Amino acid sequence: MGSQGGFYQSKEFLDLVKSIGEARSKAEEDRIVLGEIETLKRRISDPDIPKRKMKEYIIRLVYVEMLGHDASFGYIHAVKMTHDDSLLVKRTGYLAVTLFLNEDHDLIILIVNTIQKDLKSDNYLVVCTALNAVCKLINEETIPALLPLVVDLLAHPKEAVRKKAIMALHRFYQKSPSSVSHLVSNFRKRLCDNDPGVMGATLCPLFELITIDVNSYKDLVMSFVSILKQVTERRLPKAYDYHQMPAPFIQIKLLKILALLGSGDKQASENMYTVVGDIFRKCDSSSNIGNAVLYECICCVSSIYPNPKLLESAADAISRFLKSDSHNLKYMGIDALGRLIKISPEIAEQHQLAVIDCLEDPDDTLKRKTFELLYKMTKSTNVEVIVDRMIDYMISINDNHYKTEIASRCVELAEQFAPSNQWFIQTMNKVFAHAGDLVNTKVAHNLMRLIAEGFGEEDDTADSQLRSSAVESYLHILGEPKLPSVFLQVICWVLGEYGTADGRYSASYITGKLCDVAEAYSDDETVKAYAVTALMKIYAIEIAAGRKVDMLPECQALMEEFLASHSTDLQQRAYELQAVIGLDAHAVESIMPSDASCEDIEVDKALSFLNGYIQDSIEKGAQPYIPESERSGMLNISNFRNQDHHEASSHGLRFEAYELPKQTVQSRIPPASLASTELVPVSEPMYVRESYQTTIVPSASSDAGSTELKLRLDGVQKKWGRQTHSPATSTSSSTSQKTVNGITQVDGSNTSNSRTRETYDSRKQHVEVTPEKQKLAASLFGGSSKSEKKPATGHKIPKPSSHVVEKSHARKSSMEIASEKKASFQQPPDLLDFGEPTVKSAAPSVDPFKELEGLLEPTTQVASDENHGSTAAAATKSPDIMGLYTETHAGTYDKDDSDILSGLSNPPVTNMFGGTTSMQVAQSSKGPNLKDALEKDALVRQMGVTPTSPNPNLFKDLFG
Amino acid sequence: MIKAVMVINTQGKPRLAKFFEYLPLEKQQELIRNVFGVLCSRPENVSNFVDAESIFGPDSRIVYKHLATLYFIFVFDSSENELAMLDLIQVLVETLDRCFKNVCELDIVFNYSKIHTILDDIICGGQVLETRSTEILRAVEEISKLEAAPNAITLIPKSASGWLSR
Repeated sequence: MGSQGGFYQSKEFLDLVKSIGEARSKAEEDRIVLGEIETLKRRISDPDIPKRKMKEYIIRLVYVEMLGHDASFGYIHAVKMTHDDSLLVKRTGYLAVTLFLNEDHDLIILIVNTIQKDLKSDNYLVVCTALNAVCKLINEETIPALLPLVVDLLAHPKEAVRKKAIMALHRFYQKSPSSVSHLVSNFRKRLCDNDPGVMGATLCPLFELITIDVNSYKDLVMSFVSILKQVTERRLPKAYDYHQMPAPFIQIKLLKILALLGSGDKQASENMYTVVGDIFRKCDSSSNIGNAVLYECICCVSSIYPNPKLLESAADAISRFLKSDSHNLKYMGIDALGRLIKISPEIAEQHQLAVIDCLEDPDDTLKRKTFELLYKMTKSTNVEVIVDRMIDYMISINDNHYKTEIASRCVELAEQFAPSNQWFIQTMNKVFAHAGDLVNTKVAHNLMRLIAEGFGEEDDTADSQLRSSAVESYLHILGEPKLPSVFLQVICWVLGEYGTADGRYSASYITGKLCDVAEAYSDDETVKAYAVTALMKIYAIEIAAGRKVDMLPECQALMEEFLASHSTDLQQRAYELQAVIGLDAHAVESIMPSDASCEDIEVDKALSFLNGYIQDSIEKGAQPYIPESERSGMLNISNFRNQDHHEASSHGLRFEAYELPKQTVQSRIPPASLASTELVPVSEPMYVRESYQTTIVPSASSDAGSTELKLRLDGVQKKWGRQTHSPATSTSSSTSQKTVNGITQVDGSNTSNSRTRETYDSRKQHVEVTPEKQKLAASLFGGSSKSEKKPATGHKIPKPSSHVVEKSHARKSSMEIASEKKASFQQPPDLLDFGEPTVKSAAPSVDPFKELEGLLEPTTQVASDENHGSTAAAATKSPDIMGLYTETHAGTYDKDDSDILSGLSNPPVTNMFGGTTSMQVAQSSKGPNLKDALEKDALVRQMGVTPTSPNPNLFKDLFG
Repeated sequence: MIKAVMVINTQGKPRLAKFFEYLPLEKQQELIRNVFGVLCSRPENVSNFVDAESIFGPDSRIVYKHLATLYFIFVFDSSENELAMLDLIQVLVETLDRCFKNVCELDIVFNYSKIHTILDDIICGGQVLETRSTEILRAVEEISKLEAAPNAITLIPKSASGWLSR
């Protein structure tokens, strides 16, 4: 015992350690370590180094890695060492491997076999070493390879091995509960092991199992109680004593388990009372470990069905903790108090002073624990004190993580227990002013809503008092320098809504303040946007009240600036403000009703306000919109494309059988040269569809499109193989798609297609339909397609019959509108390739279809009836092979929408539908419906939607 | 469970670091630095507990012990008892002390792999496995004996290992 040597180390290593120890700077240390790495790299690759040397090199590598330098070049050598016959070399190998590798590392596969062999070894030291490695290195996939071996080891004669085998099995359970669920009974069996150490080890997995499912282990209550009894009565070998306590670690684990089992179970709890009471009596409170057991007893007592006598003992123990000089014990005391007051709140009172002491203690940990306790103790009677204390502390600390936490607690308590509105607003102001941007923006929105809605009671005077006190305090606070952005947003919003409401402040005073804000925080666009909107509200209120609006000169200057702002959002707000000011009182009233921020917004999803416009267009000869279900001439590009790219995107394991490669048709016939009629045998598709749908999820209408293609190729498939698909295919298809929709450009440039392809890959996920894939897609894209669909369809010219007026919560719907609007902003860059002007020109008031048709005419004779999907036959003269697709199923349209939106970067597609979208939006904002648009927009603003320029929510939706 | 064990000297140099859940190298270094940053700013005579949620994520605590030039640090979650962890540090230190007779920082540096062996015996897969230092020492001694034996490295054939184990 105690030999310094033992484990062999060379002089070199000692020197290395010494020189690192003496290094005076990080740079010097790095230099030394890098030198060492070079040396090791050189030496380690020498095939003839003696094992003893090699062992040391590996240890040096481990050391180097601990210092933060990459030693991955040596991993393979460590793996090699685990294969060695010598125990010592093997141990070192395992040690290094467990430190170097994670369970998913590629090299693990090389170790599994060795571990298997070692688990069968006669030498228990080898087995133990291997089990150590098992705990660290085995993942779900490799568990089955080792599971039987580990289970066998549960009965190994050496207790050290049994213990580690239990731990390994426990680890397996943590990694993959399902793979070992049938072996869980082994833990119960090992609970009766002759060796107390093994029994103690079993408590770890049992604790976890019981945490997950208490009820299946209720039968063990008596066993645990009797084990605990035996332990406390010192029936275990003396060797298990620690600081004169009998097996304290086992006691603690058992108490934890009992706490779980007895929770809310009177019968089980009654069995525990005696033994827990014994421990309270016997426990030596002078040693650290004794107090650990005591603390665990308190936890247990506070968790199980309450027993007055035990509660009393627990309260005694707590007061001893709190009175102690040791900070550790005070900490535990505070924690225990927090648990016990849930059952008997009255005990807190006798410890008031001790708690206050802890609050003033210089120890941060203790202070925080005490705040946690206070948080639990808060009632409406003490909320003011506690929150004030919390805020004071919050101001004093720098730790952002904790600051955020305590701020959110303050907010929560204030919302829950606020004695008065005044106090609430003041508190929130403090929190915002000091924790500023750490506060969740949700909190800000809550505050705004609260001010707008009042405290729920139907007491209007109280509400307006609340508002005017808020306004007053904000006007006061605005004088302070450097306020956090979130707070300023709240201030601007409140001033805009209620600044002039009580008549105490004039519009020009409030607007002046708002202008000051916008000027003072000129680098914060969000704040500026809030300020502009607030200005607009103030003016709107003025106009609606019939007063004459005089814009302050500084306000005018500000508007000038914003009208030319780089931020499109600011710009738009400024223009809207200008527009609103020019309107008459009646119009303004309907655009911006005062104090209507809490009204629900009715979103006319069917866009019925466009009906008149549509009527006009149809009278002028435009084609009516044909619902997807009735469309037949529509081809689905996406399907088609999907097939094409299938190989590229699905590199992983494929679960479904390969389909016949439909695309070959395309490659066979160069699109340009082929006459589309040739390709469209009318009768065939039907047959194809039937056969196809058996293999693929039947409901997906999009599949139908691809089906046809596929059929055509039946005979060809083998000869041509999948790799023949050329980009040309996609070009032609996208072109044709465009024409089919009758919306846009027919140029079909190849360059854009290459970009298209990438995005199509992702789309495929939606279309190829095995459930696994859908799941995968859902997890990959977070169901983006679903959410996308809404705004997109909203823009479609609706069937007049389907007026869906959605009454959703104001906030939500306004978001939607916002995102819709953003969508239109998004388009232009994507459209560039494709001649944005086309879309633009189509937009205002002229029938878009007409115009586009006009554009098409020169190149092709795409008849308008075909445009609108009448039928396949019409395709005769369409460019390229589009005729091939006209036949396809119309239902695919819908699918397209979602897909398209999910990839805004996808130029041709965005063109098609994005084109539509922007047109519609353009109509609503620039066309004859100016008023409606403004109104809607105003509502959006009113709802306090964060007006950052690139709407983050939009992107979240789009990209999952 | 126990998430990590660290030994850092008072200058912030790591002397031992063992993470029971895999973490990438840079992350490990960052954690070591952050933990040291917190510990060295703590005054004397305060509790041995630190709230570690800002460093290790939710549900994590630190118990540390400052001995001579070293901080012994255990990071764990709410399924462990803080005071018991403090005693586990005590177990570790006592074991080291018995092993090296008046253990000091240098012993830990120079016997890097031995420390790991000891730790592997105390904690396995993040769970406390053994708290009797005599037992731990016996296991370590057994391995040391092998090392001390002449030609041990090359001469322990598989057949002999069976003899050794019983």
